[in-house]
Amino acid sequence: MSVREYQRQMPLDGGLGTKLSSRLHLDAPLLAALLLLVLGGLSVLYSAGGGDLNLVVRQAIRLGAGFLILLVLAQIPPRSYRFWTPVIYGLGLVLLALVVLVGTEAKGATRWLTLPGIGRFQPAELMKLAVPAMVAWFFSERNLPPTKLDVLAALGLIFLPAIMIAVQPDLGTSILIAAAGLVVLFMAGLSWRLISLAVLVLVVAAPLMYFFVLHDYQRSRVDTFLNPEADPRGAGWNIIQSKTAIGSGGVTGKGWLDGTQSRLDFLPESSTDFILAVLGEEFGLIGFVLLISIYLVIVGRGFFISWQAQETFSRLLAAALTMTFFIYIFVNVGMVSGLLPVVGVPLPLVSYGGTSIVTLMASFGMLMSIHTHRRLMTY
Amino acid sequence: MRRPLTLKDHHHEQRIFSFRLLVSAILVTLLTVGLVGRMAWLQIFQHSRYTTLSDENRVQTQAVPPPRGLITDRNGEILAANRPDFTVEVIVEQIPDLQRTLREIHQLVPLESDDIERFNKRLQGPRRPWDPIPLRGRLSEEEIARITVNQHRLPGVRVAANPVRHYPHGKLFSHVLGYVNRLNTEDLDAMTLTEQGDYAGTHYYGRTGVERYYENRLHGQVGYRQVETNARGRILRVLEQKPPVPGENLRLTLDMDVQRAADEALGDRRGAVVAIDPRDGSVLAFVSRPVFDPNLFVNGISHQDYARYREDLDNPLFNRALQGRYPPGSTVKPFIGLAGLDAGVTDWQRTIFDPGYYQLEDNPHRYRDWKRWGHGHVDLNKAVVQSCDTYFYDLGFKLGIARMHDFLSDFSLGQPTGIDLFNESSGLLPSKEWKRAARGATWYHGDTINASIGQGFMLATPLQLATATAILAHHGKQVTPTLAADALRVPPRPDINLNKPANWQRMEDTMAEVVHGDRGTARVMAEGAPYRMGAKTGTSQVFSVGQEETYNEDELAERLLDHALIIAFAPVEEPAIAVAVLVENGRHGGSTAGPVARQVMDAWLLNDAGELAVPPPLNRTPQTQTAGTTAPGGTP
Repeated sequence: MSVREYQRQMPLDGGLGTKLSSRLHLDAPLLAALLLLVLGGLSVLYSAGGGDLNLVVRQAIRLGAGFLILLVLAQIPPRSYRFWTPVIYGLGLVLLALVVLVGTEAKGATRWLTLPGIGRFQPAELMKLAVPAMVAWFFSERNLPPTKLDVLAALGLIFLPAIMIAVQPDLGTSILIAAAGLVVLFMAGLSWRLISLAVLVLVVAAPLMYFFVLHDYQRSRVDTFLNPEADPRGAGWNIIQSKTAIGSGGVTGKGWLDGTQSRLDFLPESSTDFILAVLGEEFGLIGFVLLISIYLVIVGRGFFISWQAQETFSRLLAAALTMTFFIYIFVNVGMVSGLLPVVGVPLPLVSYGGTSIVTLMASFGMLMSIHTHRRLMTY
Repeated sequence: MRRPLTLKDHHHEQRIFSFRLLVSAILVTLLTVGLVGRMAWLQIFQHSRYTTLSDENRVQTQAVPPPRGLITDRNGEILAANRPDFTVEVIVEQIPDLQRTLREIHQLVPLESDDIERFNKRLQGPRRPWDPIPLRGRLSEEEIARITVNQHRLPGVRVAANPVRHYPHGKLFSHVLGYVNRLNTEDLDAMTLTEQGDYAGTHYYGRTGVERYYENRLHGQVGYRQVETNARGRILRVLEQKPPVPGENLRLTLDMDVQRAADEALGDRRGAVVAIDPRDGSVLAFVSRPVFDPNLFVNGISHQDYARYREDLDNPLFNRALQGRYPPGSTVKPFIGLAGLDAGVTDWQRTIFDPGYYQLEDNPHRYRDWKRWGHGHVDLNKAVVQSCDTYFYDLGFKLGIARMHDFLSDFSLGQPTGIDLFNESSGLLPSKEWKRAARGATWYHGDTINASIGQGFMLATPLQLATATAILAHHGKQVTPTLAADALRVPPRPDINLNKPANWQRMEDTMAEVVHGDRGTARVMAEGAPYRMGAKTGTSQVFSVGQEETYNEDELAERLLDHALIIAFAPVEEPAIAVAVLVENGRHGGSTAGPVARQVMDAWLLNDAGELAVPPPLNRTPQTQTAGTTAPGGTP
């Protein structure tokens, strides 16, 4: 549904919604889909948390804060983003360097900076937005499709922070950030020859990575993925219980609050990374198709926004943010349903947890800014 | 907006971008289809498999053991019951540092190496995660309190109450009731699959005595319950249940007062007492001393206690009444006398002269009478009353071993009485055939002569002697001693019919003279008795005295002294109790065993005021013999 179509549905006297949304630089369809997703997510979270209303309230407060950030970021015009991108990217690199030097360690990884009075802060989260923005900025200054030299430079922009994050170690985030940057490269018109080459290199490099680069804990995750039954009470427990929850849900599900796997604590991480298994168990395949449909509406709207964007930076950034959003969905669903190894990726806007909500809402704020700051012009 | 420095072909860029966007959209669509496909595979095609897994996760089927049946005496006095035992249990999965927790428990409740050993065995064996493992039972009130107070710093440690077999009268009934102890894998291996199912969840198994024999009736039938548990094994609700069928309560024929009288009368002496009601086969008392404490065995006896029992020279674990084989000595004389009468070898008028020994015609060997100078002229009555050996040497020799063997067999000698207990000894009733097969030797006249006074090869258990006495007292009507009150067992043999039935009464009157006559060997028993009784004393030789040696009691070590025996019945007119008493190394049947028998009979026949009040027999329907369990089990 396009904006124009949407507006046509509005009453002639100029619906309050239209006026209000355009004045606030909000995109109504995207906002509606997000609200629907968030409300559905909260109801699943209520069940996943064992009926703990406090948990739901805390998540609702976070989401509220997220919508506030979205609202603020939607007011900032895309040219400001473009102007500040190199600065923010540079700042991000400095912060990542600081993490290496004075970062706070937790659970064997150094990922946080402790700011006095504010609390802990993860610079990698900032880079999820800064890296695609930086690559988009880089290509917006150049002719497209990119030359080989441009590609090389862009890869540098992508992998410098990615490697800094990988050594924290936080391979999952590092890969997601690299993916966000690579999406920009792809959208900018990276030649198909180079794409094929990259895929080939990846296929060859993957086993080498497994044996020479990965940490033991990462290797064991891959092992578990390949054969969860090898240690059903240990490493394989999560994925076996998750598949059991989903599979036992069937087409119609066991009903809200009636999922035995999660309610009886067989399913670990049921309110965070594995919340999809709760949905699958209680609402079945129908519930999943509904969820994925809402996600597709959001992704589709994101593609539409980037298609309608009027200049290269906005266009590339919008497409990259949208694709990154989809990658999160794909990785989480793939992991929970046993298609992919277990990596710590939450289900966007549904899993319980703070940082990813802020980043995601910020990216949707930027998408709305891109869409609502277009100059009126026709082709 | 800043103007680009280089000339950009916006149209071209837009075209490239739009195409890439299209490719992305197609990619997103394909990947989404992949995800939906994956979910559909799990939720449609693998649905039933995962439903099963999910149910297996949460639904546990637990066996609910049936409560074991109670055992009472004939008047309803409880002899074996179940009571809660407080046990400290450990859920290992909830404990971060097991060794530390065990040390902490040890400080509150002392653990012995036995406890730790058993615990480790259970820990390493196959078990369900989150199942509590018992660490130590028999907690005292104080120990329970100590654990409870410290509960907060001992996660995964708890005190549970489990039903435990308890014998309220302890040692008094140990040899007849036997005991239960922990069901073990060997017990399970010996069972059929159905039986194994029935024992799922059961902790105890009858090991000896009545507990073993009537295991099937006492055990009951297992129940089941399906419960929903969470991942930590906590039961959240019961989905379905089938309650167990409790074990049957078993009423025994034993009489608490008679049993206690027998036990107290024996006192600290080694020996056995068996009392039977000849009218219905009831076993009124069944005592073997010394005794053991059956309660020590229930939860596994400690090495220390067991060693104490095993190393005791008096062998308290040995059931003398059921398995002790003793030469019956002179107690066999009334039976030999009846055999002689029935075979026409002798009659009540015939006399012999006793010079103090008996000699075969062509042999210089002298078979001595207990009275060195002899009894002079002796008839059958005098021979029984004064227990003249020489008369019976002569009678036995004339009767011959074959007729003696056949006649005595009918009194349950040399074969199991058929009591409802396992591992009963058959005793030994010798014969020519037996000697050839067992010893590979020919039978000598001397063997017959020894057998005729219950010595030599002949052996009998106190239970057999009591049974034989009951049959005699009931004029040959067969009786099978039975402990279960609800079933009179059908005797394995036909009743004994004498050619002259009057001989029964005559022999009984003769035996009454043993007690009530002036020269009877058991005349000490008669004192102050408000009823008439019959008896026959006996001494059974432990140590054989050489031909010309003098028998000096003082020089013999106590354990080599003769065993004292007596068989008795009362009242003579209509016998309601038959008793056999054995006192190891008690020397004289009359003076040692006699008073014991008297006290037992008094306990049964007299009321509180000391008047004769014979209790009525049980009204029981005869049943063919069906053992509680098919196979006899192990001995302690």
